[in-house]
Amino acid sequence: MTGWQTLFYKEILRFWKVGFQTVGAPVLTAVLYLLIFGHVLEGNAKVYGQVNYTAFLVPGLVMMSVLQNAFANSSSSLIQSKIMGSLVFVLLTPISHWGLFAAYVGSSILRGVVVGFGVFIVTVWFTGTSFEAPLWILLFAVCGAALLGVLGLIAGLWAEKFDQMAVFQNFVVMPLTFLSGVFYSIHSLPPFWQKVSHLNPIFYMIDGFRYGFFGVSDVSPWLSLCIVGIALLVVSAIAVNLLRIGYKIRS
Amino acid sequence: MPAISFQSVSKTYPASRGAKTPLKALDDVSFDIQQGEFFGLLGPNGAGKTTLISVLAGLSRATSGRVLVHGSDVQADYARARRQLGVVPQELVFDPFFNVREALRIQSGYFGITNNDAWIDELLESLGLADKAQANMRQLSGGMKRRVLVAQALVHKPPVIVLDEPTAGVDVELRQTLWQFIAKLNKQGHTILLTTHYLEEAEALCSRIAMLRSGQVLALASTSELLKSASSNVLRFKIDGELPPALAREARVTGRIVQLPAHGALEIEQYLAAVRQAGLQVQDVEIRKADLEDVFLEVMATEKGHKWQMAV
Repeated sequence: MTGWQTLFYKEILRFWKVGFQTVGAPVLTAVLYLLIFGHVLEGNAKVYGQVNYTAFLVPGLVMMSVLQNAFANSSSSLIQSKIMGSLVFVLLTPISHWGLFAAYVGSSILRGVVVGFGVFIVTVWFTGTSFEAPLWILLFAVCGAALLGVLGLIAGLWAEKFDQMAVFQNFVVMPLTFLSGVFYSIHSLPPFWQKVSHLNPIFYMIDGFRYGFFGVSDVSPWLSLCIVGIALLVVSAIAVNLLRIGYKIRS
Repeated sequence: MPAISFQSVSKTYPASRGAKTPLKALDDVSFDIQQGEFFGLLGPNGAGKTTLISVLAGLSRATSGRVLVHGSDVQADYARARRQLGVVPQELVFDPFFNVREALRIQSGYFGITNNDAWIDELLESLGLADKAQANMRQLSGGMKRRVLVAQALVHKPPVIVLDEPTAGVDVELRQTLWQFIAKLNKQGHTILLTTHYLEEAEALCSRIAMLRSGQVLALASTSELLKSASSNVLRFKIDGELPPALAREARVTGRIVQLPAHGALEIEQYLAAVRQAGLQVQDVEIRKADLEDVFLEVMATEKGHKWQMAV
């Protein structure tokens, strides 16, 4: 195992050791959303003409879990190790900035996908669903997890205190995920807010992900993939450069 | 080839909210440490010792100059340089998710070393941690955490080992254990760079010493040369009471213990007479050779802008 592979393994072990918190808790949260929103709106709403609301909600909840947990993995690992000082054990090693990027983002993808899969297994038990295009499901799950993993890495480098991280999480990530069509189709919004939603990259992730289940989406999955891909490249370039210059981790 | 080469290293921290003016932490520091040396880096708080080590370890970038470890530049060829270096940080840091063995295996893996359990076992045994291998790092005492830090610095068997105040806050017994362990490593051929505030430690262990003040090297010589260079012996005694002002200006007072520079018998007589005249009773009088602490204080008392007599 090389240096970056060890770091990747260590990051996985870190979240696996507290599995109740990192995997169990998001699964429970998603189930609660499903039960509450599904119960309230089931029968009152049909989406895409024929899909019942609870079935519609499942992909959104899965993707939301993927994104939030991918973000949490890299961001929490970095901020904790910076504040506790244990990041020095990584900084003293020959691991390159590319290796750091691969390890932190790779483990974020894995945690996001694992949690997403856990949410899926539990929530789909409550309602049936379809799989019109499974490869799109996998592709958007991985790309979405990667994008939020990279954002988490940037946030983890930037934040110097836990409350700065909370600002990023609560005022950026959470509103973007909640207002991206997790709980609703954007066609139910007024035209102005539909246009605003189109500016949210997370909308494209969830829309493309949902296409994999129902074969129906608000925009073409290819367009969604393009936008998500470009966003991923841009934030990755920023993150790799921040690691290369040692932004806030090497003085 | 030197083990470590500092070549005109300067480091300036820019002005920030905490510091309104830029801080020059290192000012044109240049010296080499030869392979197999046990080298001491001394200086008061804020002298730049930790900054110099941070630059060496790649945790900080020098504003100018370069640092080489076994010929590898710590910036341009950082991977090779870091493989040669094991650093024991000053702070007691640890990752709370892992136990001791896991932490050492992970640290080995960062250097691309797998199946390192045999060496890890040897380290744990040597450092008295064998029965703590499965203990979570949070459960360890400060002294044990310190020993784990030493083990983490050694998992990849680096030829150069840097210890930043390794015995700070450590009890006497553990200090002795660490001294013996580090001395043994040096006898085995490892180059050791030690920073410490315990001058007796530096005097006992180090063959060569650099003294830093305000980012500059004020003195650089072998320990024996430094000790010989002291301008005087030391008159040491105990009193109950306050020294006369004339003596107090020159004396180093620690509780009841008074130490004065003694250039000859006449001066010693004059000191003792002055103390008697002040009505103080003198106890446990001794005249000893100057130790490293005396030399250190003499060096640090050098006026700014002046070089100490044994300057580089």
